[in-house]
Amino acid sequence: MEKQKKIKKELYWNPYFGGFLLGLVLILVFYISGRGIGATGGLKGTVIATVDAVAPTHAQDSPYYAKFLEDEKSPVNSWLGYETLGVIIGAFISGAVSGRLKLKVEHSPKITSRRRLIFALIGGVLFGFGSQVARGCTSGAALSGMAVLATGGFVTMLSIFGTGYVVAYFFRKNWI
Amino acid sequence: MGPLIPNGIIPEQWDYVIALLIGLAFGYILEASGFSSSRKLVGVFYGYDFAVLKVFFTAVLVSVIGLYYMDYLSWLDITQLYVHPTFMQSAIIGGIIMGVGFLAGGFCPGTSLTAVAIGKLDAMIFTLGLLIGIFIFSELYSVLTPMLSQGDYGNITLDKSIGIPADIIILSIAILALAAFYFSDLVRAKVKKVFY
Repeated sequence: MEKQKKIKKELYWNPYFGGFLLGLVLILVFYISGRGIGATGGLKGTVIATVDAVAPTHAQDSPYYAKFLEDEKSPVNSWLGYETLGVIIGAFISGAVSGRLKLKVEHSPKITSRRRLIFALIGGVLFGFGSQVARGCTSGAALSGMAVLATGGFVTMLSIFGTGYVVAYFFRKNWI
Repeated sequence: MGPLIPNGIIPEQWDYVIALLIGLAFGYILEASGFSSSRKLVGVFYGYDFAVLKVFFTAVLVSVIGLYYMDYLSWLDITQLYVHPTFMQSAIIGGIIMGVGFLAGGFCPGTSLTAVAIGKLDAMIFTLGLLIGIFIFSELYSVLTPMLSQGDYGNITLDKSIGIPADIIILSIAILALAAFYFSDLVRAKVKKVFY
């Protein structure tokens, strides 16, 4: 009984079931709000708000930050800001009910935690930068774009995954 | 007729509540599908786990078929939906940078947030990296502007870009996705198992 419970805890959803529900969520968000979902938009708001708090003159002088600071309200107080908050809460609930809440560094047994964290930082910087160049990431550009047949969504998706397969060889030691 | 909030059928004040609830469902589904694990995510690039391919393309198929059907039934006006704008050069270059980031870091932004929520320290460092990357971009924005504005096609959809009707494109995506699902299972059976 105890063993059975442990196995059940580890189990993830069938990917087609998860994908089906995710598709329904996309339909719902387009039907209600007329727009797609995103993940980097909320983080961008955080960066802009932080720069504005730490160096307000710099933020006002830069045309880029100023563009987002025109409103009275904080750039974190946005549609994507609330959506991002929801993502974190939703994932926490799912992790909690499945017994997956645990502080740890996940890495292949062949590499050290240190190496994993260094590569995580490099990967994050690149992904964050790239998402701004492409005006959206896997969620905002690729997934939400493709749901409405946006050409840019298909191009970004092919570019991300195509590059992934090309460079996978060079990163293989970290994963397999 | 939908979309409900832009057409004033649901008052605009509800938009942020909807955002929170949609995010909640999005985060729950990603985590429950195993996307809070970087080793599961990158499996798609080494052939030992195709959850990313299956979840992603199932979601695309369900949503694109659903939305076009709802338009056909006049439940919503598809021309009112926000279409991600196409800037050809930046979509390709940004995608390449993100592809390298994906293999180095093991997450994409949405999945890293779900992993942060369940306590993955590597995801917290990845998310810190995302913030740094966005900050670097913001500081370099004026230098990058000429490159970013190249190949501007506006809010264009694939049927207009390649001149093939939307229904044929959707059918083709469906066939391609089903073929990809089938072959991914064949590949997975041949590739050495990775336990994580």
